[in-house]
Amino acid sequence: MAHHGEHHYNLDQRFDFTASIKKSILTVLVIGAIILGIGIVLAITGGHHEEGAAAGAHAFHWYERLYASLWVNNVFFTGIAIIGVFFFAIQFAAQAGWSAPILRVMLSLGNWLPIAGVLMIATFFVANHDLFHWTHAYLFDQNDPQYDKIIDGKGAFFFWPMEKGTFPLFYIARMVLFFGFWVFFFNKFKQISAQEDQLGGSSHWYKMRSWSAYFLVFFAVSSSVSAWDWVMSIDTHWFSTLFGWYVFASWFVSGLSAITLIVLFLKGKGYLEMVNENHVHDLGKFVFGFSIFWTYLWFSQFLLIYYANIPEETVYFIERLSSDVYSPFIFVNLGLNFFLPFFVLMTRDSKRHGVFLKLVCTILLVGHWIDFTLMVQPGTLGHNGGLGLLEVGMFLVYGSLVAYVVLGALAKKNLIAKNHPMLEESYNHHI
Amino acid sequence: MERDTHFILGVYDDEDVLLHAVEKVRGSGVKIHEVYSPYPVHGLEHVLGYKRSKLPIAAFLFGMLGTSLALTMQFYMMKFDWPMIIGGKDHAAFPDFIPVSFEMTVLLAAFGMVGVFLITSNLKPWAQPRIFDLRSTDDKHILAIDLANNSSMKLEKIKEILTDSGATEVNKKSFD
Repeated sequence: MAHHGEHHYNLDQRFDFTASIKKSILTVLVIGAIILGIGIVLAITGGHHEEGAAAGAHAFHWYERLYASLWVNNVFFTGIAIIGVFFFAIQFAAQAGWSAPILRVMLSLGNWLPIAGVLMIATFFVANHDLFHWTHAYLFDQNDPQYDKIIDGKGAFFFWPMEKGTFPLFYIARMVLFFGFWVFFFNKFKQISAQEDQLGGSSHWYKMRSWSAYFLVFFAVSSSVSAWDWVMSIDTHWFSTLFGWYVFASWFVSGLSAITLIVLFLKGKGYLEMVNENHVHDLGKFVFGFSIFWTYLWFSQFLLIYYANIPEETVYFIERLSSDVYSPFIFVNLGLNFFLPFFVLMTRDSKRHGVFLKLVCTILLVGHWIDFTLMVQPGTLGHNGGLGLLEVGMFLVYGSLVAYVVLGALAKKNLIAKNHPMLEESYNHHI
Repeated sequence: MERDTHFILGVYDDEDVLLHAVEKVRGSGVKIHEVYSPYPVHGLEHVLGYKRSKLPIAAFLFGMLGTSLALTMQFYMMKFDWPMIIGGKDHAAFPDFIPVSFEMTVLLAAFGMVGVFLITSNLKPWAQPRIFDLRSTDDKHILAIDLANNSSMKLEKIKEILTDSGATEVNKKSFD
């Protein structure tokens, strides 16, 4: 607008993590834990184990389902956390002004990263044979009847410089390196933000822009490689060259949905009064646009494999589409993550009003969690997978823990980057 | 034709003054015909009270038309007109149709939107635009008031409102 009013916003506001909000989150945690407990009991006593044993496959144990569920949530919530840091860095690299008041919300998601890293590594060591086929030593032994030439050819990617089939040093080193650098950059951003709050001036903005650029270069590589390591290597024989982007797109939509939901939640509690429907509209456009981007990648991967019809590639989709367990979820996945956001968020009004966005973003979080379940389960559980109480309970437990950590961290610092040089531009943001 | 031919023009130097002037002029009950500016003035359509464009609806409908045309075309060709087996797939293999349907959706949405925009904005190649003041293509904002729409107001009163709102000149313009 050409005629600006005077703005008197409270820039020192802090989010009050009240006892009642804590109680709601802990209630979800307890409910999730109870559902998870019932799910585990049902999995232990459940009767569908005999089929696997009868078919000559390795016997299915209930805890494999627990491990797969842990892994899905590790990968999914790690993605949300790192996307918070990634989207924060993008704002500086793109010199964006509109987002200045919600920068701290993006950054706060990164507080889950250290915990996610520990959980990821711990789960890997507990569950390695049950989740990752390539961890079995016999695959690399030429004298073993189960020797696998193809996996042997890929062995160095996991085990270098160790002997194949022993300790996956290269794989673990990458995991530690990625989490290490992500947490390092996240702490750097937090540190510069704190300095900016104290000292002011535009020098911190320039510093942040440089560090954002370094981070984005590192993230460009690490996001793809982590997707190969943590998700694609489950189906060890199979590969897809755009898989890294596909996982990234799923992460990005989930992260954007989480950011949008937290912003709307804070606005609902009376914080962030400078964030108006124009900023919300921009967040809505991101969610809308990147839902289409996710669909584009999902479909690009599917169509080429479907059309070329090469058995070593089609196996991935045959495992899913020809399965009683997974084939309905393929369509649920597309419905929740494409058709719903596409048609609901298409109009301008629905992107500017919190009601629609809250609904769509919540559904998208569930939708992309189902997407990750569909990536992980067929290769780990085969026909013993599915969405049961165990999976739902685990999702609620992880979700409430992430919410607790993120909101708790948000309450400790200023909610607004009060000395950000583009705050004034953001107040007058109008689209 | 008597109507639509006699106009009072307010000439403004500055977009801030213009935006306030539009509010004042409309507030005093004068109906504005149109404002001509050398560049897009942010917020002008808002103070002029323009309703939101319906162009996105046209784009959506043309896009849907593109999708249905593309799907119909492909189904007709591949299933009935000239069935071929490609890559061992069904004749009507739906996933194969999506890239073409997507492209046709985008093409018709874009063409339809441009066409509707040109027609509703009277940008036909043979259209003869009325030039109110040539300086509106250079450095002046021109606020045009149609006298036929403001017959209840005295001419002198309108001129006074324009001058008070910060117009550097107030001119009369008639078209044949």
